[in-house]
Amino acid sequence: MAEIALHGEEHGHPTGLTRWLFTTNHKDIGTLYLCFSLLMFFIGGSFALVVRAELFQPGLQFVSATTFTQMTTLHALVMIFGAIMPSFVGLANWMVPIMIGAPDMALPRLNNWSFWILPFAFVMLLSTWAMPGGPPTSGWTLYPPNSLQTGMAFPFVIFAIHLMGISSVMGAINIVTTIFNMRAPGMTWSRLPLFVWSWLITGFLLIGAMPVLAGAVTMLLTDKYFGTSFFSAAGGGDPVMFQHVFWFFGHPEVYIMILPAFGIVSQIVPTFSRKPLFGYHSMVYAICAIAFLSFVVWAHHMFTVGMPLAGELFFMYSTILIAVPTGVKVFNWIATMWRGSLTFETPMLWALAFIVLFTIGGFSGLMLGLAPVDFQYQDTYFVVAHFHYVLVTGALFAIVAAVYYWLPKWTGHMYDERLGKIHFWISAIFVNVLFFPQHFLGLAGMPRRIPDYAVQYAEWNMISSIGAFVFGFAQLLFLYNLIRAVRGRGPRATAQVWEGAHGLEWTLPSPPPYHSFTEPPKIDDAQAHS
Amino acid sequence: MDHSESHYFVPQPSYWPIVGSFGLFCLLGGFALLLNDESLIGGYASGVGLLVFVGMLFGWFGTVVRESRGGRYNDQVDASFRWGMGWFIFSEVMFFAAFFAALFYVRNFAVPWLGGSGDKGIAHQLWPSFHAAWPLLSLPDAQHFTVAKEGMEAWGLPALNTLILLSSGAAVTWAHWGLKNDRRRQLIIGLTLTVALGVLFLFFQGHEYWDAYTLKNLRLSSGIYGSTFFMLTGFHGAHVTIGAIMLFVILMRSAMGHFTPTNHFAFEAVSWYWHFVDVVWLGLFVFVYLL
Repeated sequence: MAEIALHGEEHGHPTGLTRWLFTTNHKDIGTLYLCFSLLMFFIGGSFALVVRAELFQPGLQFVSATTFTQMTTLHALVMIFGAIMPSFVGLANWMVPIMIGAPDMALPRLNNWSFWILPFAFVMLLSTWAMPGGPPTSGWTLYPPNSLQTGMAFPFVIFAIHLMGISSVMGAINIVTTIFNMRAPGMTWSRLPLFVWSWLITGFLLIGAMPVLAGAVTMLLTDKYFGTSFFSAAGGGDPVMFQHVFWFFGHPEVYIMILPAFGIVSQIVPTFSRKPLFGYHSMVYAICAIAFLSFVVWAHHMFTVGMPLAGELFFMYSTILIAVPTGVKVFNWIATMWRGSLTFETPMLWALAFIVLFTIGGFSGLMLGLAPVDFQYQDTYFVVAHFHYVLVTGALFAIVAAVYYWLPKWTGHMYDERLGKIHFWISAIFVNVLFFPQHFLGLAGMPRRIPDYAVQYAEWNMISSIGAFVFGFAQLLFLYNLIRAVRGRGPRATAQVWEGAHGLEWTLPSPPPYHSFTEPPKIDDAQAHS
Repeated sequence: MDHSESHYFVPQPSYWPIVGSFGLFCLLGGFALLLNDESLIGGYASGVGLLVFVGMLFGWFGTVVRESRGGRYNDQVDASFRWGMGWFIFSEVMFFAAFFAALFYVRNFAVPWLGGSGDKGIAHQLWPSFHAAWPLLSLPDAQHFTVAKEGMEAWGLPALNTLILLSSGAAVTWAHWGLKNDRRRQLIIGLTLTVALGVLFLFFQGHEYWDAYTLKNLRLSSGIYGSTFFMLTGFHGAHVTIGAIMLFVILMRSAMGHFTPTNHFAFEAVSWYWHFVDVVWLGLFVFVYLL
């Protein structure tokens, strides 16, 4: 153990373009994932701004009804598969090997492939704007028969989704394998940081769910081009069957996008409360319970399509059951802060906003989960408000929190704290201006995915659009703050960075060496349980 | 989880992944163009993509084989490969699950409902003269579909194929015993037998498809029965083909003496894959042919 423990020849630091193209280094690949997802975040955000601009006033002002629905489709596909999921994978790439005391990911070349499929997939997806007929108008769920009426773009969209699926599954296999096989001695399961736990379970969900999506969209492809009749009642199939198969993927997907966020918040809240996480084991059990339940609730996305009553009841009860482990998590975060020595640096502000606003999204989810109530809410802006509270103020806020939290570790420089706080307050206020009125619009009956609306919805739509533009452009502050730290403009970060931080990542210098641990670190209880 | 004697292995930067991404991009983009009747550029693009992709497989696996034979891997790398392969097979299981789920759904819900029975039997009003049956030969509205004359039989070729695939699973295990006990002859004979049985399986399945197309007029476009039958058995057949190619590579590597009784994970990975393909077939035999 005395000698250098690394076998690879690459002790030097590869440079230039090939460093990024051929890299097998988890930090480089993590950086690639994060930069890619930031780009996709701005592209998907600009699609959303087109939607909100059109909805600023009743009537059709800027885009046609077709373009509007295509914008909603690609906004969702880009944000889900291009922004949220890759940024979580990027965070896992950067942090999981460091947090478990490993030199790198278990399968570094596969890691490179997982990332470098994504740019090709999104070139394919976004190129559909240039094709006759344009992207699908069906929304990201691609329900037949609407999606089957897409023009030339259809097979490109399907294959882009296949590529994204291959990327996600390989990334997940790598992360799961790393966590099982690369932990340093003493990094027992009960000492594993919560972010790592959450990613272990997320990886399992990805491997279980993404291939089902591949199967669903393959059936769409053969229905359109090879004469099969999976989703055509005339041939004995059923369009509703697509929704079952799709949501069998789609609901675990929802938790794929929130479990790592739970992990992030479980790292940040103890640090800035200067207390260990309250109820570590119950946090782990809650994640496992949520993951299990996520596979048996899918039909709550389709209460109104025509299901046997027993099905409606089963899916309603199983859905409401998820509130129990989720409540455990929210309780534990609050209990962690109880009588803690709290400070409110930027990452903590984002994490606190996550707890409050994600919980609002959870409550509206409870409302939607009740089958008889859902008959009123389904397909209205209430649904849009619900899942944006979960995905924007939930998943995205956690990602931003994680970036502020670990950026000093990655770059070796502090971000601008004042600018970070300004970014937070503008975002936190205007994200509510953006999405909270959509609850009212939905309850009043405004349908989603329609470019025009009756005049009684005008005021709240206008307010929502103002919120959207301020929230969207406020993210340029984030971009500026990131570039500033990456270019080394802030004060130098110490290894510890945050006074109350615990865990292996804070034992390494900021920035950490190219290979994090060339010898396995020894872990004792003092370092565990951040 | 004891690393005290082992050293970490981190591979050098590699250009194979991005070559593979480019190959996949051309292959799928070209296929999408073909589906849009852009046959010239689509054909070239998918052809080039396929060549690049196959070249990537040779190059990447070649690198891994060289590193493995050069003694660069330790127990931890071996375990990573095992975890990786296991989870990969799990993802394949879930891919097949989507198609099995489609089969169960149409048989238990969609078709009975169209026939007027069950909770949503009101669907019968769409085509009041429709009678639910399985195999579904007379469709609710046959206008856009190829009408098949009869369904598939379980106790002919499919039963024989079941026997063949199960025997090939036994043969690969017998070859594995040979490898572990350092009996090369048994290893080579066992693997050759496995590959031969796999090819025989594919031959019989091709024969069965030919019968279905010509005698029974059963196509992908014959309604939901033909759709589920060909998609399930077709994807399985594709996996048998891939598995047989991988087994052939392992046979060649065995002949070249690449494996030792203690170090032969490539062999085990491929045999896991082969057993997975085998188990999927058992599911197909029961749910597609028998019931």
